[in-house]
Amino acid sequence: MHIVVCVKQVPDPSQARIDRDTGLVIREGVDKITNPFDLYALEEAIRLKESFGGQVTAISMGPPAAKEVLKDAIAMGVDSGILLSDRQFAGADTLATSYTLAQAIRKLGDVALIICGKQAADGDTAQVGPGLAANLDFSHVTQVRKIRQLNSTETVVERLTDTGYEVLGLRLPAVITVVKEINEPRLPGLRGMMRAKKAEIPLWDSQVLDVDPKRVGLNGSPTQVWRTFEPARHQKGEMLVGSPSEQAALLLDRLRSL
Amino acid sequence: MDYFLTEEQQMIKELAARIADERIRPVAAELDEREEFPWELMKVLGESDLFAVWVPEEYGGLGGGVFEQALVVEELSRACSGVAVSYAASGLGSFPILLFGSEEQKARYMPDIASGKRLAAFALTEANAGSDVSSIATTAIEDGDEYVLNGTKQWITNGGEADIYTVIAVTDKSKGARGASAFIVEKGTPGLSFGKKEKKLGIRASSTREVIFEDCRIPKENLLGREGMGFIIAMKTFDKTRPGIGAQAVGIAQGALDEAVQYARQRVQFDQPISSFQGIQFMLADMATQVEAARALVYSVARLVDSGARDVSRAAAMAKLFASDVAMQVTVDAVQILGGYGYMREYPVEKMMRDAKITQIYEGTNQIQRSIIALDLIKEAARKGK
Repeated sequence: MHIVVCVKQVPDPSQARIDRDTGLVIREGVDKITNPFDLYALEEAIRLKESFGGQVTAISMGPPAAKEVLKDAIAMGVDSGILLSDRQFAGADTLATSYTLAQAIRKLGDVALIICGKQAADGDTAQVGPGLAANLDFSHVTQVRKIRQLNSTETVVERLTDTGYEVLGLRLPAVITVVKEINEPRLPGLRGMMRAKKAEIPLWDSQVLDVDPKRVGLNGSPTQVWRTFEPARHQKGEMLVGSPSEQAALLLDRLRSL
Repeated sequence: MDYFLTEEQQMIKELAARIADERIRPVAAELDEREEFPWELMKVLGESDLFAVWVPEEYGGLGGGVFEQALVVEELSRACSGVAVSYAASGLGSFPILLFGSEEQKARYMPDIASGKRLAAFALTEANAGSDVSSIATTAIEDGDEYVLNGTKQWITNGGEADIYTVIAVTDKSKGARGASAFIVEKGTPGLSFGKKEKKLGIRASSTREVIFEDCRIPKENLLGREGMGFIIAMKTFDKTRPGIGAQAVGIAQGALDEAVQYARQRVQFDQPISSFQGIQFMLADMATQVEAARALVYSVARLVDSGARDVSRAAAMAKLFASDVAMQVTVDAVQILGGYGYMREYPVEKMMRDAKITQIYEGTNQIQRSIIALDLIKEAARKGK
């Protein structure tokens, strides 16, 4: 079975700050890491490979430096990584990203299962997983917290909901996005790190992928971000003074007037 | 300071540091409090291939040596030396096999040790045989195709948890120090059992137990080297592992220094951080200098040992002696800098101070190390005098 994991390089959320004037995320001096949710997707794919055999390919779209996250994925235990990188791909929204990733998966051909993290820690849209399924006409389930069964034609998964979970069966090929309840991602091993250091990461550009130029990058992105900002915080405290009974009366007044 | 690590050594150090910071530090206080063997962390170390660093490639290892192991032990010890010593003790138990084992013995035992699937332990010390290792009383009597072991080993690190024990026992009482031999005994062998688990001052996550042999029969092929080589095997093993104790000490000291610097910058007294007081600054400067000197010595000796140089006992003893004395001093000073907070278990430095003490005691007390160094000096002078 060939499993693909889609991974994204993001600014480390623990260091993230927003420029108040421009409303943009400050990327300078911030470490770039694998999107934390994608680590669960990688771990699950590696576990499936360990149980059932097959191969795991990690795919990312981004600038050439994003091959680092693919090397990290190889260090964890995936077999290979492919980076989709081209100036034309820049500025893609989730629609264009899903299309571009889908073209890469079509090119691979034999993919039975695609696993994504539930969302990226920078954009937080959670749209690329379902977008991939729509592009490829694969079945899909989001927010998977457990894979109960998997064989060559179908899988049964548990989908996390607000009140519990649903059990759903999917025909393969399929896309699932996973939540952090699904596993505990492993650390890389030294052997994996050494393999990753030597690994060649193929770079697929618009020509290799045979994409419609109108559907990639900024050209293929109908989403327009008008403004991003940090919402102002409204947390004004008020001290009530007086004897305990006076304070209680004041508090009751305030509550009634809400 | 830059110690010119190879790319691979840098990778080993970074991975060990990451495990120390992400996985060990958050649970170190709890492991100490509960005196619980850190199996989960041993599994993480195994999966990360860290047990493989000192094992040759032909036996499932990564082909490094004492230096690579020291890098790991140092990083783990920054977070918890109870965990670090459990890891290092598998090295201590495995070096007799690596150094003196037959091809068959190495092929049989080393791959599982390298993968972390099985831990090893070294069983030498007895109630009446500490510094004076020649007075061990555990016997191994040949009987047909087997040896029969009887006796009790004491304070065995990884005792009860390890699967593979390298044991020193007397095969010929009449020969004194030349009458001891080394054996491999597997957990599960009838007649092998484990006695009380010790309650210790420090390194409380590690297991320290009696290992008891009662008519414990092992096949003859479990003898390491030849009969009578027991003490040579023990001494050559310590030459390999004493730099590791030094690395453990450097790690503990570095951990304590880091805590002291951080605290001194935050703690405000008399309207200023205490790091602005020269009294504190000088303490920190001395601590840092001592730690760096210890590290430089430990690294140099580890590299010397890995070079295959013949007489390394003096250097190995120096690394262990100096670094452990530094760890003790630096951790005491760290507690002092943290003041009342340093004395409380809420802060990690009191544990570091407790953990540091054992590095001056085990694998040969620091008095024994001084004897080794002095005797070697005198012997060398006598040789030159001829």
